[in-house]
Amino acid sequence: MTLKSRHLLGLESLTRAEIEHFLDTAGSLKEISSRDIKKVPTLRGKTVINLFFEASTRTRTSFEIAAKRLSADTINFSASNSSVTKGETLIDTAKNIEAMRPDLVVIRHPASGAPELLTHWVDLPIINAGDGSHEHPTQGLLDLFTVREKKGKIDGLTLTIIGDITHSRVARSDIYGFQKMGARVRVCGPPTLIPPGIESLGVQKFTRLEPALEGADVVMVLRIQLERLATPPFPSLREYSRLFGINLERLRRLKPGSIIMHPGPINRGVEISPEVAYSSSSVILDQVENGVAVRMAVLYLLSGRGTETRPTEKELLTDRNIQM
Amino acid sequence: MTQNKIIDAEGIERILRRIAHEISERNQGTRNLALVGIPTGGVHLAYRLSRIIKEMEGNQVETGELDTTLYRDDLPLKGPIYRLKRTDIPFDLNGRRVILIDDVLQTGRTIRAALDAITDLGRPRNIQLAVLIDRGGRELPIQADYTGKLVTPTGNEEIEVRLRESDGADEVIVREKKPDEKPKG
Repeated sequence: MTLKSRHLLGLESLTRAEIEHFLDTAGSLKEISSRDIKKVPTLRGKTVINLFFEASTRTRTSFEIAAKRLSADTINFSASNSSVTKGETLIDTAKNIEAMRPDLVVIRHPASGAPELLTHWVDLPIINAGDGSHEHPTQGLLDLFTVREKKGKIDGLTLTIIGDITHSRVARSDIYGFQKMGARVRVCGPPTLIPPGIESLGVQKFTRLEPALEGADVVMVLRIQLERLATPPFPSLREYSRLFGINLERLRRLKPGSIIMHPGPINRGVEISPEVAYSSSSVILDQVENGVAVRMAVLYLLSGRGTETRPTEKELLTDRNIQM
Repeated sequence: MTQNKIIDAEGIERILRRIAHEISERNQGTRNLALVGIPTGGVHLAYRLSRIIKEMEGNQVETGELDTTLYRDDLPLKGPIYRLKRTDIPFDLNGRRVILIDDVLQTGRTIRAALDAITDLGRPRNIQLAVLIDRGGRELPIQADYTGKLVTPTGNEEIEVRLRESDGADEVIVREKKPDEKPKG
């Protein structure tokens, strides 16, 4: 099994076999995190750069731990204390980092498509750790891994994603990933938070919670991202919570054996009640644990891949008319 | 392609019984032993040895499997072209006598990787090596403590161990090498 691309930009462009290859590799690597000595020498001498242009605790820590458990050296770079504050562009920053000869770049950026842009400018494997409202492929993979681990399969299951579908890169990656792996996907939220035409991705759309939860095997609760919403898309948080929040009463009415997921961080009492988040149906902390194994698999499989031929910068500037 | 069967199913069974006796003799019994197989052939052989020892001595020897891929010395050169297998050692290795089991010993590089992998998992009292076939061609100073059969194929011959658990039949054959074949550990 070889991967078509040396980058991981999204789940949209992966085949089912490639997704399974990532999940199977993560399955083999998970055991390392339960050892006394949580380290293998596999990526000794490789350098992983974490380029984070957006606040992140979970994802950045998870990538850093994953790299360190494989013995790679990691350098964390966050936009707040870097030359970005001096006005350097993304491409210039990346070119300078490339000159220091790292082996892999992990990037999170508020602009959709920023990781893809980097692939045209630097000759390194690029891993998307979340770009704008586009994709968050390692989150998608860890969600798939967790469901496969808990339910034993993904084929034929029904996944309901609840919340702000419009702005969620997690929703996008989950929609692509779960459908490729044979699950049915439903999305549910206030009409103002569901993009028009979402059905063209093959999902079923619901604006009321009860029918969306009927028969669901997996319930993915998304965070209401207050920081991303300029004007509130619903009258109040209390109303959102009443209409779409997952509480104990709604949990009890779910199909027996169904599981609750959340990409974190949770807003307690808004989209999910604390009793649900820490109930026996919740696999939220399993998702976090599995995130390390999945990111180890991504770093392992994308490291050491041969270089591709790519256009020169001059060709890029003239052919694509990209402004520096 | 010409191929020549050098050991049949009965032969493999006899070798394993002999190795089980040797292990027991050398360790004055089979208490405090652990069998660790290297995927995939070595794992099947480890479970068979465990069963034979159970029949012979009456006690259950703990058995696990150890994937050496992450410890290979050619990964930095070739990249992750190998599919990962499973490491599953659900018991403590500290203070144990560990018998490492593989189907074919050639360069010794897989065993070197296995020794590093075991060191990361614990500190056994000692580590011994059992192999079904020693086909020569060592690149490292590693020797087996228990050898099923010593075979020295010519330059364009390859040894293949087939086991019923994965290949449907028990046999060891010598055949012509396929063009791009890599040496086994």
